[in-house]
Amino acid sequence: MSAAKSTAVTGKKKRWVKFKRFLPVYLMALPGVVYLFINNYMPLPGLVLAFKNYSARKGIFGSDWVGLENFKYLFSTSDAFIITRNTICYNVAFIVVNLVCAVAVAIILSEMTGKGKKFYQSAILLPYLISYVIISYLVFAFLSTENGFINNTILKALGIESISWYTEKKYWPFILVFVNTWRCVGYNCIIYLSTILGLHRPYYEAAAIDGATKWQQITKITIPMLRPTMIMLTLMAVGRIFYSDFGLFYQVPRNSGTLLSVTNTIDTYVYRGLLELGDISMSAAAGVYQSLVGFVLVLGANTLVRKIDKDSALF
Amino acid sequence: MRTSEEKRFQLIGNIVMIILSATALLPMLLLVISSFTDNDTLVQNGYSFFPAKLSIAAYTYIFSSGNSVIQAYGVSIVLTVVGTTCSLVITTLLAYALAKKGLPGKGFLNFYVVFTMLFNGGLVPTYINYTNTFNIKNTFWALLVPSLLANGFNIMLMKSYFVSPIPDEIEEAAFIDGASEFTVFSKIVIPLSKPIVATIGLFAGIAYWNDWQNGYIYLTTRTDLYSIQNLLNRMIQNIQFLTQNSTSVGNSSVALSTIPSVSVRMAMAVVGVIPIVVVYPFIQNNFVKGITLGGVKG
Repeated sequence: MSAAKSTAVTGKKKRWVKFKRFLPVYLMALPGVVYLFINNYMPLPGLVLAFKNYSARKGIFGSDWVGLENFKYLFSTSDAFIITRNTICYNVAFIVVNLVCAVAVAIILSEMTGKGKKFYQSAILLPYLISYVIISYLVFAFLSTENGFINNTILKALGIESISWYTEKKYWPFILVFVNTWRCVGYNCIIYLSTILGLHRPYYEAAAIDGATKWQQITKITIPMLRPTMIMLTLMAVGRIFYSDFGLFYQVPRNSGTLLSVTNTIDTYVYRGLLELGDISMSAAAGVYQSLVGFVLVLGANTLVRKIDKDSALF
Repeated sequence: MRTSEEKRFQLIGNIVMIILSATALLPMLLLVISSFTDNDTLVQNGYSFFPAKLSIAAYTYIFSSGNSVIQAYGVSIVLTVVGTTCSLVITTLLAYALAKKGLPGKGFLNFYVVFTMLFNGGLVPTYINYTNTFNIKNTFWALLVPSLLANGFNIMLMKSYFVSPIPDEIEEAAFIDGASEFTVFSKIVIPLSKPIVATIGLFAGIAYWNDWQNGYIYLTTRTDLYSIQNLLNRMIQNIQFLTQNSTSVGNSSVALSTIPSVSVRMAMAVVGVIPIVVVYPFIQNNFVKGITLGGVKG
């Protein structure tokens, strides 16, 4: 019995020694732990707002409970359908277009022998590093109704009437997909490019000896070898399908009211509800809807990725 | 035959890439040219690559004294430097702990970080937390703290780097020689991890320089704290307000005259991107490397 006691004591002591030995490490982790607590964990109780009728006077926790009323109201409006449709449809379009463009560009760049390669890569990556505020200025320089480049130079030269871009809904799905691709293709092709450059060169040499054309090499070797990467990146993007880039959907259309039905996504809806319309409960309900569905999707996508390739999984 | 096919491929490849590069760069060229265009010419003839009359008036206006542009520029620089430094310190320290072998409670710590990548409260609870609990509205903290200081993705990226390339023997030898945890971190781990530190610093620096959302959301009265992005953003807002309310606002022409002219706005946008373009050749390699390191997790 005393032996058991003494091992318990030494066990405790050992743990204390171990803790003391690692104390500096815990201290080093502290700033990050505190920051994540403030930025990511402390807001979580605020999610209850979605189930309350928020009144600034009563505060978050003093406000009256209304159960699922906010959600019922949100889903009875056409807004819920529009923002969900826009968020998902744009993301699907982005996933498909980005995949095709990024793979195509990566293949072209990888097969290139000339000096231009480095320049091309630098040029197409640059838009990714520019803020959406400035991208909004760039787009405006082209689309401005009175003095935009397209209305004033291109359409005039073709003899076509000016188009009021910022009030015409039908063009915006294309404009937004174009701007997104313009900004992201240089970034997206990097991973594919590095994957291709890591491929085994003798495959290509053997294929060339057997008389395979370049096109055959690309379709029969490169693309099949890229498939795992394509699947991973697509799954990851699908996991984020309920989130949208606030800058793209808010800045680029310049917050134009007439365009809302084609530019409003969950993120812009939540923002407008909170800071422009003051409809905090509704905004909170939409936020919870996004967080929950988003969580399930990320988890699902990650589980699939994990099944295919453990190392690529997020966790 | 083989070489002719190769030549054809190179030709088509070059043509495609030249078109793509032009698409990427021409909008920026248009921005630069219109900032050097005489404002009346710009208003009359529209944005053009070959303006009838050039002028540097926009830049002399921007750099004249008593102007909000210079101040906003200062805010952007201070914010980027302070933000990137804090972000790097927090991220590297936490990543070091996560990479520590045999650290009791590491599983929990790992989950604590990963969970923030999976689930977040979103804008509304975050906004209420920062405004009601921390009262950072209309302070410099509002630009610095929310969402940007550290994120799970960067922490995990750095952790995976710390785990792999540094041989345990080096660390152990240092501990045997009596080095403290912090000495090992600052004298061995960080110097050996320069590429990843540079990459994460780069991500953070670009994010801070380009950020406009924090200022837009949290700075409602303190326009003196505006970064260059916020200043650019406010001009868009003002113009929208005036065009949408042009009938109700009686003195819209007077109000419009207080908004900088088109060429000045373009010059401000140019000034806003210049730091990125200037450092771009130096950072590009690290940036590309970082994205590759992040792999599919990006």
